[in-house]
Amino acid sequence: MLIGFFQALRNARIPVTLREFLTLLEGLKKGLAGYDIERFYYLSRSCLVKDERFLDRFDLVFKKSFEGLESLELEVEDLPPEWLAKIAERHFTREEMEAIQARGGFEELLDELRKRLAEQDERHQGGSKWIGTLGTSPFGAYGFNPEGVRIGQDRSRHRRAIKVWDKREFRDFDDEVELGTRNIKVALRRLRKLVRDGRDEELDLPGTIHATANNAGYLDLKMHRTRTNRVKVLLFLDVGGSMDDHVRRVEELFSAARTEFEHLEQFYFHNCLYERVWRDNRARWEETVPTFDVMRTYGEDYRVIIVGDASMGPYEVTEPGGSVEHWNEESGATWMRRVLGRWPKAIWLNPVPRAWWHHTHSIRQVNSLMEGRMFPLTLEGLDAGLRELR
Amino acid sequence: MESDAPKQFEGTSSYVATEDLVVAVNAAIALQRPLLVKGEPGTGKTVLAHEVARALDKTLIEWHVKSTTKAQHGLYEYDAVARLRDSQLGSDKVHDIRNYIMRGKLWDAFEHEQGAILLIDEIDKADIEFPNDLLQELDRMEFFVYETKETVRAKNRPAVIITSNNEKELPDAFLRRCFFHYIRFPDADTMQAIVDTHFPGLKKELLESALHAFYSLRGVPGLKKKPSTSELLDWIKLLVAEDIPAEALRTKDKKEFLPPLFGALLKNEQDVALVGGLARGHGGLYN
Repeated sequence: MLIGFFQALRNARIPVTLREFLTLLEGLKKGLAGYDIERFYYLSRSCLVKDERFLDRFDLVFKKSFEGLESLELEVEDLPPEWLAKIAERHFTREEMEAIQARGGFEELLDELRKRLAEQDERHQGGSKWIGTLGTSPFGAYGFNPEGVRIGQDRSRHRRAIKVWDKREFRDFDDEVELGTRNIKVALRRLRKLVRDGRDEELDLPGTIHATANNAGYLDLKMHRTRTNRVKVLLFLDVGGSMDDHVRRVEELFSAARTEFEHLEQFYFHNCLYERVWRDNRARWEETVPTFDVMRTYGEDYRVIIVGDASMGPYEVTEPGGSVEHWNEESGATWMRRVLGRWPKAIWLNPVPRAWWHHTHSIRQVNSLMEGRMFPLTLEGLDAGLRELR
Repeated sequence: MESDAPKQFEGTSSYVATEDLVVAVNAAIALQRPLLVKGEPGTGKTVLAHEVARALDKTLIEWHVKSTTKAQHGLYEYDAVARLRDSQLGSDKVHDIRNYIMRGKLWDAFEHEQGAILLIDEIDKADIEFPNDLLQELDRMEFFVYETKETVRAKNRPAVIITSNNEKELPDAFLRRCFFHYIRFPDADTMQAIVDTHFPGLKKELLESALHAFYSLRGVPGLKKKPSTSELLDWIKLLVAEDIPAEALRTKDKKEFLPPLFGALLKNEQDVALVGGLARGHGGLYN
């Protein structure tokens, strides 16, 4: 039973290892969980999950693995009959329903329904993807799975046993969920790498003293390299137009990024990079900076992060004069190639969910200009993107 | 529940521990693994270690980690300068290298007779390699002193509580050896219990209004720094000291969206401007 649970956790891409699993077993052997499923839940959670990002997924897997444990007893009178009817309609044909009714009536129907729902879940979602189905159902948070039926149980005596992991309080921490400022900070910190750089130029005082003392008092000078934060970042943010929906998230990304790097320069653009960018969004018409100047000012060791939805008319990318705001002498694609030529380490972060990308022509265009280095603006996407920048 | 462990942590009169936290703490102690505690600032991570030590009646040894802290500092330091000086002065101490070995916190904890509680506070402040350097030491509870060629071994394994603010990712190898608990921001009921333990005599309506004001302030989108539990407690202290009536917190007047003495809750002028601006009816936050 527990091995199945362990496998299910791994299938859900929660990084659990054998060592942690053995720790859990050790804890169980010592009776730390007692005979209480809630304590078992807490114990296994603190043994197996080491990052709040995975807590939500853990709750889901736990629920699925130990489904039957809290002895499922439906109290029929608690369940609004119209819900049942609705669910049943979706999953049985009229003939089937009549057959089941004839066999055992309501209880039987429930059993059958539960089986059917569980089966179907397996079939079209393929196990680990189960998480993705949530939120589409009119019957509460959990979609067409047995929980939909079990809603009525909330008032019954098993209330406590289900509640804890069903609450899914850690949903916000999952990395497939949209980014919050805190998440962004964590992700951006991965880019920050302190390295010893340059020549041996700093007197290593403790090292010198240590070496001198070891040397019976004869002075032995030691030097070490200075420690600097090498990461320099140029941030280009898309504002206006279709980005208005995403401005808030981009602003968050921006405010989080501010504190993370010593060298962080940010510029704004609209839809696509052209010959001018600007630093202050309030003065976007008065104080623009030629993109050439930016290219001359910042060396190629800068990492470039472009944030934009890349959703625009195809001409805005491909044609001179395609911009919706001004007459551009050269096409956006030309400017994109120039920028990428100047700074080879570049990524594009797109707040539009990845699943929609292929529906928008310009996103595909920009992605191919970026040579596939476009990432969704989620923690996972940011992670993958930052790996690209290293 | 019966257990062979002599004492169980159940929360104390001044600290409200949720059940999941209690299970995690007891499991970590019983299995002698470090407990890693994460959570929003101000949710009582550091206080937890103090309270565990108090509840179990053990000595607390605190090791506060800074950005310059090295793992070696926790074990021992060899004071070469003192030895150099002593050799110049012709002191006899110089012949025994043990006179110049300064014990670190980990050593103290290992040598403690009753088995202490060791708090490693804000482990994420240190260098990224710091946790890796402590792997063996925390796992086997022993380390080797090169200068004296001796091995320090824990007589009674200390219970180790580690806090982190998530500034750096901790290495996987380290995480595998720990128990993990994430202290969630307390819900309204837990918060009530927390405030009750700190201010037992508080008037009910004042507490309710204060909590209401507090949660609505936390709910304001776009706050740079959301007020936390410790700030709520400070604020209530001020409210009590200033004898502010409960009605003052319940003002319906939109112009006074900022609660009295808001300085205890909002620590950043942009946030104050944001909340104040909301009250004046600017609407959106990004216009």
